[in-house]
Amino acid sequence: METLISSKVQEAHPEDPSKIGCVHPMEDVLRMDRIPHIWCPGCGIGLAVTAFSAALERANIDLDKMSIVSGIGCTGRVAGYVKLDSFHTTHGRAIAFATGIKVANPKIKVVVFSGDGDLIAIGGNHFIHAARRNIDMLVICVNNFIYAMTGGQVAPTTPLAAYATTCPFGCVEPPFNIPYIADSSGAVYVARWTTLHIRRLSNSIVEALNKKGFSVIEVISPCAQYYSRINRLGDGLDMMKFYHNNSEIRHGEDTKNLDIGFQKKIIVGKFVDRERPTYTERYNEWLSELKGAKDEPG
Amino acid sequence: MKTDPRAVKTGVYYIDGDVAAGLGALAAGCTFIGGYPITPSTEAAEAFARVAPSAGAMFIQMEDELGSIASIIGAAWAGVKSMTITSGPGYSLMMENIGLGAMLETPFVLLNIQRAGPSTGVPTKTGQADMMQSRWGSHGDYELIAIAPDSPQEMFDYTIKAFNLAERYRCPVMIMSDECVGHMTEKVVIPRAEEIEIEPRRFYTGLPDEYLPFKPDADLVPKMVKAGDGYNLYITGLIHDERGYPVKNEEFKSAYVRRLVDKIRLNKDKIIEIKEEGISGAEVIVVSYGISSRVAVRGIERAREKGIKVGNLRLVTVWPFPDEKICELAKTIKAFVVPEINYGQIVYEVDRCSHGKANVVLVPHGGSGVHNPDDIFDAIVYAAKQEGKIEGVVEYKTKLEKSIFGGGNKLKK
Repeated sequence: METLISSKVQEAHPEDPSKIGCVHPMEDVLRMDRIPHIWCPGCGIGLAVTAFSAALERANIDLDKMSIVSGIGCTGRVAGYVKLDSFHTTHGRAIAFATGIKVANPKIKVVVFSGDGDLIAIGGNHFIHAARRNIDMLVICVNNFIYAMTGGQVAPTTPLAAYATTCPFGCVEPPFNIPYIADSSGAVYVARWTTLHIRRLSNSIVEALNKKGFSVIEVISPCAQYYSRINRLGDGLDMMKFYHNNSEIRHGEDTKNLDIGFQKKIIVGKFVDRERPTYTERYNEWLSELKGAKDEPG
Repeated sequence: MKTDPRAVKTGVYYIDGDVAAGLGALAAGCTFIGGYPITPSTEAAEAFARVAPSAGAMFIQMEDELGSIASIIGAAWAGVKSMTITSGPGYSLMMENIGLGAMLETPFVLLNIQRAGPSTGVPTKTGQADMMQSRWGSHGDYELIAIAPDSPQEMFDYTIKAFNLAERYRCPVMIMSDECVGHMTEKVVIPRAEEIEIEPRRFYTGLPDEYLPFKPDADLVPKMVKAGDGYNLYITGLIHDERGYPVKNEEFKSAYVRRLVDKIRLNKDKIIEIKEEGISGAEVIVVSYGISSRVAVRGIERAREKGIKVGNLRLVTVWPFPDEKICELAKTIKAFVVPEINYGQIVYEVDRCSHGKANVVLVPHGGSGVHNPDDIFDAIVYAAKQEGKIEGVVEYKTKLEKSIFGGGNKLKK
């Protein structure tokens, strides 16, 4: 964890190490006037934000030129805690909103940080189309297997047989395999980590931030208040122990094999890393070839 | 500020209203359309897409209407003028983010070429039944501006005006056209770029640390910045304070929403444009908008030939509604006659503003066509004959309705 703490903090208090801790190590990239955040004890979203914040400090990107877009839900609140140009939009529309920002001004680095329900259920259409177009953006999808903000309803990511408030007898629908959707829709970078793998997650974010094209990182995260409670899986720490004992790193694994079953093994790692021209690259290439286009009305 | 000459296709054309609107958007400085154009609005998107590359603009065909409107709000915050184009079903899908646009005080233009509804309705035929939806379609309290052009020339001119109003008041502006105006082909004169005045975005230019994205100027409209300029914007659809930070308490909620509605209501006189003719001394005034105002002219002419004093009041701006104007006129006339291609929308606004001082007669139409001018004439004759006050809106039974439903010449209430 040491590497995650900004060296700026040590530099600020060289003479008095006890002051380390008085300053939030990530206050450069967080909106400290909005802390404390709304997330529950045991929730993993804060860890995902920590990994992201640490990545921002290491990624060597002009943060003034970076926008973060979230939709609605627990993870939808992330944009509001990060000190970038932050957009907290409507449910499901984060990627479409971000597409508008990116296409209108390709110089802006765009990150979409939202939840599984927001990005894969109500926003699923924008997800696959942005991947197909290869819009240059990083999508961080925190997957907690449930609609948490609204109290624990079944989601398209809820594992088969898991309980949720709207499937009180167990989920009968097979869940989406997010890396597989991203891969088959054209994403150039696809990875999955749990909130236990915070350093690997952070490294992955740095890598994806420096990659051109539509990149997706799925972050499996505990929802201690709803998913764990309804399914009697203990608290956030118990979920972290579960991740510790049951996740397996398999870089380059075929994304077809990444289904997640209820309390079954979670395969993590970097699965896709390839090159494809981005939307803006293709558009500009086409534009430069365009000579004497038909531009008369009628 | 003058517009970009690259975006202006100066000349005299014979084009339809949709194409004129597409070219109007370019001339207005619009450089981004995210669209999922549907019948009968497609030609506007096509015209824009064809010229866009040479004008430094771009059209992106989004995956659906939800994405279209989200993308143009994103683009607006990236600093460009943006628009989307749609009709009936697509318009319904866009409602949620119209509210987001109003809440984030985002300038953009939405072109709705109204078609006959409900549902899929008759995609290729006209209607004017989205008027109330344009005012109240998204949840919660908000105000926006809606304009109803009635010719291809106006589609060009008022598309530019719509962009100017959007920038001026930082709000969504609806162009509530209809299939007839959209597909009507007429002469359109596109002036030279130096003759086109466009409203620049009101950018904040002070220090980033002092910037409050929702702190209004004296006219209640805040200044804007764009993403990527180091302002660390925080923009949320939650009720927010001047910093943009979410707040929940009653005082903030009231203060914020009050300003959202007041910035339009208190600037109403500067926004509203109506066209009136023969109003003074009139006993009956025909209130109409869009294609219905073109049809009404013939009915008005016939009534004048019969010696009836008829005034013609055309709503160019439908929202905000010219309450005071209607209220004043109601005191001096016998009746308003309101032809519209629906079963009563704007007519109830006219009735509301009449405060019982004048009779209000609706000439309805179910859509897929326009009124027979004879019906408007007959309704004017009827309205001129009535001596007493009739409570509520009188629904005039048109020839079409009589032929379908029978019932002789009796008026239906």
